[in-house]
Amino acid sequence: MKLIFDKSVPGLSCSLLPPCDVESTELPEEMKRKDPPALPELSETDVSRHYSELSHHAYGVNCGFYPLGSCTMKYNPRIDEEMAALKGFTGVHPLAPADTVKGCREVLDTAGKYLCEITGMSDMTFQPAAGAHGEFTGVLLIKQYHDSRGDSKRKKIIVPDSAHGTNPATAAMCGFEVVNVSSDADGCVDLEALKAVLGEDTAGLMLTNPNTLGLFDENILEITRLVHEAGGLCYYDGANLNAVMGVVRPGDMGFDCIHLNLHKTFATPHGGGGPGAGAVGCKHFLKEFLPESALLGSMEKGDGMAASYASAVLPAQGEPFAEPEPSPDNAEGIPFQVRSFSGNFLVVVRALTYMMTLGKEGIPEAARSAVLNANYLMRKIKGTFEPAYDRICMHEFVLDLSEFKKETGISALDAAKTLIDYGMHPPTMYFPLIVHEALMLEPTETEGKEMLDWAAGVFRDVWQRAHENPDELHSSPHGTQIGRPDEVQAARNPVLRWQKA
Amino acid sequence: MGSYVPQTEAQRQEMLAAVGLKSYRELYRDVPEEMYLDHPLQIPSGMSEMEVGRAVSAMAEKNTVFKAVLRGAGAYDHYIPSIVKYVPSKEEFMTAYTPYQAEINQGILQSIFEYQTMICELTGMDVSNASVYDGASAMAEAAAMCRDRKRQVTLISAAVHPDVINTVRTYCYGRGDEMRIVPVKNGKTDPDALKEMLTEDVSSFCLQQPNFFGQFEDAEKLCAMVHESGAMAVMSCNPIALAILKTPRECGADIAVGECQPLGMPLSFGGPYAGYMACISKYMRRLPGRIVGQTEDAEGRKAYVLTLQAREQHIRREKATSNICSNEALCALTASVYMASMGPSGMAEAARQSMSKAHYLAAELCGIPGVSLRYTGTYFHEFLTEMPKIPEVLSALEKKGILGGLPLDGGVLWCVTEKVPKEVLDETTACVKEVLGK
Repeated sequence: MKLIFDKSVPGLSCSLLPPCDVESTELPEEMKRKDPPALPELSETDVSRHYSELSHHAYGVNCGFYPLGSCTMKYNPRIDEEMAALKGFTGVHPLAPADTVKGCREVLDTAGKYLCEITGMSDMTFQPAAGAHGEFTGVLLIKQYHDSRGDSKRKKIIVPDSAHGTNPATAAMCGFEVVNVSSDADGCVDLEALKAVLGEDTAGLMLTNPNTLGLFDENILEITRLVHEAGGLCYYDGANLNAVMGVVRPGDMGFDCIHLNLHKTFATPHGGGGPGAGAVGCKHFLKEFLPESALLGSMEKGDGMAASYASAVLPAQGEPFAEPEPSPDNAEGIPFQVRSFSGNFLVVVRALTYMMTLGKEGIPEAARSAVLNANYLMRKIKGTFEPAYDRICMHEFVLDLSEFKKETGISALDAAKTLIDYGMHPPTMYFPLIVHEALMLEPTETEGKEMLDWAAGVFRDVWQRAHENPDELHSSPHGTQIGRPDEVQAARNPVLRWQKA
Repeated sequence: MGSYVPQTEAQRQEMLAAVGLKSYRELYRDVPEEMYLDHPLQIPSGMSEMEVGRAVSAMAEKNTVFKAVLRGAGAYDHYIPSIVKYVPSKEEFMTAYTPYQAEINQGILQSIFEYQTMICELTGMDVSNASVYDGASAMAEAAAMCRDRKRQVTLISAAVHPDVINTVRTYCYGRGDEMRIVPVKNGKTDPDALKEMLTEDVSSFCLQQPNFFGQFEDAEKLCAMVHESGAMAVMSCNPIALAILKTPRECGADIAVGECQPLGMPLSFGGPYAGYMACISKYMRRLPGRIVGQTEDAEGRKAYVLTLQAREQHIRREKATSNICSNEALCALTASVYMASMGPSGMAEAARQSMSKAHYLAAELCGIPGVSLRYTGTYFHEFLTEMPKIPEVLSALEKKGILGGLPLDGGVLWCVTEKVPKEVLDETTACVKEVLGK
């Protein structure tokens, strides 16, 4: 496919703006850029066709089966999009006066209330823009809590070895030392290993339950109790909430704060890598540490008048403005924040529409069906590819291909790439790290029995072919626009942009 | 009422039996009885699509949509070409995950590669990532890129957007770094104060161009001072202004960041937006987030892939440059379609018209006795006025369907884009004049 820059014809443009209807003001010469940016010059037909062509080489969940483990690729309902496109939402300025944004507040308040009920939390913020951003926000709650008590010796965050990479990365961003705790033979937290690392320096634990192996940790109450006993707090990574929403609540498991991926559990689209929304919930005692926009906060305090950082104190009405000396003290009393304004609002509109559609009956029904689908698919594949843990799973399961690889020479990567030729998006590969040659499947609840039967048939077929004719699997996929790209070359000689010839 | 589960109850029972279970409860056999929810959630029952549509639309109708927006302060109401709304809503783009599987996602990967190129063109930088959450988190991530063992103090101008300053402060708090605020003088960063504050423990200085008050900073001079002290310069620029304005690269910045919202994203009560991040090649391997690179497959066909992943959390875990994984890909796509349809001349026109109209409104307003500009420097499309009766003025404008400037620091921060016609600017002036009784 040609790059958009290669389609550019100097002088072409779309007819978009009327002529300027006021006298022109020019930038001073010394402030102008030397050359105009080499953006493409195209007609609207060119733009439209270019992106149509690109879209024909993209694969979304609304296009077909997408069992990408830990990503909860469920169908994205169109009504959610229609609601998020309403002018009454898209046309609202984030700093508009409070009495003109009552509908937006209602969306945030209602979504917050529902999510608190679903998770067993008492307060919710929508500031974080994605899951990892929510983790950062949540662990900052833990940090602020200990700091506010002058408890400065708590420097360690405990993370299981099956955790998403974002967990340790988040703990490090919050200045904590990461302590890994191993899993037991059942794939759950090893209680003895946990006890061994708990102590006066424990700030908290980050845990996904069900965990990344798709298993519900039945010792969860004991785990959170032990952490609390040591003086630490418990953080729930909501990546896997889809298995248990409406069935069991993180708050009841003993967690103090959580993040939710609205773009997983609550059916908002992933957009090829965002925007998401990483709502963060907490129990009441952490509420004071939730993030908030400094500008919006100052408007609330100043009765509609906002304050910049250049002005610590607002002048009284009518008094001349004086620029005070800013100092770190100016920030005192201002809550932290992780981005501007109130977060990815339109994503919350979509998630709320989804929650209202499902309601109290549909939410647990979706969770149950997600779990049923995963177990059904696992059962149908078993006998060929084998699960890493052969027991009832939650919404996802992990296949361990290490024996299969020994027999056939076919790796998890080869198998995954072969699935593409059947018209399926491959599962998550090589995760979690504690299973070698892992393929992680999460069918979600929005697939019917026929689709699962078909998918199981595909897996069985791949298994068969790997035993009969492994060579052709090493070079799969064959029916795609490109074969496997050379990733080593991409990293060694980075070409990260188009250059004008 | 719906759960989007495409199965009949009979099919479910058949599947349960195939798994060897008798009831749904058995699916949750690992969940201890004491925490298994024995009552329905305390939320309303589900609704049909028609009912939901009505209920959510009713919420939207409780908001006021103004016929003209003269408020910016970080969210800008520019004209959005029709095609920009339609391309990102294609289901192949919208409902895909991050393109881990390059073979079936060349379209998405190429669109990111093109976005990276456009951001490099706009900023003059060598390398761009695939986007971060928004302009504020972009600045915070950039400041984190600059720190090392010896230098752990971030300086930031008081004339940067307050939400951006506070976000940088938050990220610094996380890492245990210190943030110090450089004061402003006449609406711009005070260079003398900056000079004094550039001690040898300073890792970076963060600047906004044009700044929060709409004023142009003397960016070249400030960046030169920063480099002289051995620190790095981070510049946040309005991307529309960059169509005509000296680039961060030309000003000497090491890292360019900013808010993509003006590039085709509606105001949307604050999001989703996207942050752009680009830098000179020297710091390429310190950039956080996804980056797409060009390579080839075994047959020599051109291919795009996610690359330089050794920086990222799924490989490096606690040693990663950032924890970011999801970014704002669809917003970055929106920005690309915007830049492609506007082209270099269209974007320059939007920038010039915004600036011209802001200056027109400023001149008209300052013709009213009692109204004056607080700062005297050159500005782009935002300016701060001193004026009496601010609440009365804003509420009179509101009644005419005009969202007036942001009441700020005892004045009003106005913003004008190409979208506001001259008649509305004149109507605004007449309304202010009337309220002030002049």
